[in-house]
Amino acid sequence: MPALTRSRIALAVLLIAALALPSVAAWMDEPFYLRLGARILVFALAAVSLDLILGFGGMVSFGHAAFVGIGGYAVGILFAHQAEGSTLFGWPGTTNGFIVWPLAMLAGALAALPIGAISLRTTGVPFIMITLAFAQMLFYLMTGLKAYGGDDGVALWSRSTFPGGPDIADHATFYYVALGLLLAALLLGWRLVNSRFGRVIRGAKDNERRMRALGYPVTRYKLAAFVIAGALAGLAGALLANATLFVGPQYLHWSRSGDLIVMVVLGGIGTLVGPVLGAAALLLLEEYVPELMNLAHAGLGEHWKIVLGPILLGLVLFARKGLWGVIAGNRAP
Amino acid sequence: MTAAPLLEARELVKRFGGLNATDRLSLSVAKGELHALIGPNGAGKTTLIGQLSGELKPDGGRILFDGRDVTTLPVHRRAQRGLARSFQITSVFPSFTALDNVALAVQAHAGHSFRFWRDAARDPALSDPARAVLERVGLGPRANTPASALAHGEKRQLELAMALATGPKLLLLDEPMAGMGPEESTRMVRLLAELKGGVTILLVEHDMDAVFALADRITVLVRGAALATGAPAAIRADAAVREAYLGDEREAV
Repeated sequence: MPALTRSRIALAVLLIAALALPSVAAWMDEPFYLRLGARILVFALAAVSLDLILGFGGMVSFGHAAFVGIGGYAVGILFAHQAEGSTLFGWPGTTNGFIVWPLAMLAGALAALPIGAISLRTTGVPFIMITLAFAQMLFYLMTGLKAYGGDDGVALWSRSTFPGGPDIADHATFYYVALGLLLAALLLGWRLVNSRFGRVIRGAKDNERRMRALGYPVTRYKLAAFVIAGALAGLAGALLANATLFVGPQYLHWSRSGDLIVMVVLGGIGTLVGPVLGAAALLLLEEYVPELMNLAHAGLGEHWKIVLGPILLGLVLFARKGLWGVIAGNRAP
Repeated sequence: MTAAPLLEARELVKRFGGLNATDRLSLSVAKGELHALIGPNGAGKTTLIGQLSGELKPDGGRILFDGRDVTTLPVHRRAQRGLARSFQITSVFPSFTALDNVALAVQAHAGHSFRFWRDAARDPALSDPARAVLERVGLGPRANTPASALAHGEKRQLELAMALATGPKLLLLDEPMAGMGPEESTRMVRLLAELKGGVTILLVEHDMDAVFALADRITVLVRGAALATGAPAAIRADAAVREAYLGDEREAV
């Protein structure tokens, strides 16, 4: 029987809360909570994928939302072709999630491959700027893509279908599917960072020069991590498109990439659970702080980031591992 | 020395602006020997190490290692061929334990690392050899201490352990005694004496007592070129060396 450490207790509480949320929302007759919960899970998945490269690999990618957006567009574009009855490269569109969701992951990975291969020739600030530049290029590409709505994006009028599988048109089912995928990603991430591969990535973050002197072709491993993160972000994008029934260029915008970084830092950089907490914290603050501020003074709510700033600052200054560090103590996994 | 050279630099040239940091330098390290490289500050020792390990690209000349031209090979490829180095300024993985530092070195030479699932910390194929190397350098009791919490001398030992754990053909040791107290230095000299013969070593060191006690041959580097190469006794007796280097040293002290 494993010892009851603070982190284990916290994990159990979080898991129970996540599992119970649909029932609580139904009991309170507040379906909005369910939608908010699903949204948190989706962004948590994206933030976890970012933390794999940012927190564990030391690669500060400022363009991660691009891979989320690409995953979303994979769903949106195939939906549009299905709706119009038209073809894409000779293939018909589809809403079959068994096809579309893996394709969204593939699209995220395929986009991450060349972007990573070029960006990883640099480190530090140039790396931040290059990933940002690539993401903005894709943002403008999608803005100009008139066939798929350009600025307006693509509206979906139904979620992906899983013939013989779960019906995610039901909000609670969708929520549990998102939760299952997030848990799978966390398990994958946990195995990954403790594997030989993960050690190479973490070693490169600590001391890349030494890794090379030991004989590691470091860039190859970092690129593999970047592509894995891109695939997971693509999956998050597919979920996001289904959660909002919409994809648009704003999903790829740099401010979205910034939000993902904020989630990672807020929750605990270089931890697996941290980004989940960070996603929850940011989205909850975004939801309720403006409301409270508007109560105090009408119109004040649009300046809600005035509240976010000091919170973020305090966590960065006083809690090196963010919210998860505060909850689980210093030995957070 | 009749044995075939394991490492050879031929007419190596490295320029920084107008300065010839390495000036048509030739050097050969025989298999099995402990070859020391000495020279006053600014003689170009660090620049030479950079070129031998692959971090710096020479402007001219060639480097041969284990019978092959490695002049254009990147750092990690040379390391894979058995050229291990330690760093003058301690270069370890601060957030890893001493054992994991060495295990990471073992892993670098245990096939590719595209293994995504198994817990590497519980892999005896990595931790057993790592533990053995830690014992060898005297860090056995500190295996589970984070590298960032080790004392300076211990970090230097760890530095050496990591280079050793890659099972190298040649150890390129860049001032392993730097910043060590007399007691720690003595221990390091004893350790290097034990290693000597088993693995070829190119030792860059300021500690003259250590160099003359350990080296089979010494090369004296002055202004980027090899002023003299020979056995310790011959180097000690060489008039040019005394003037260019040992004399300077005496004045400086």
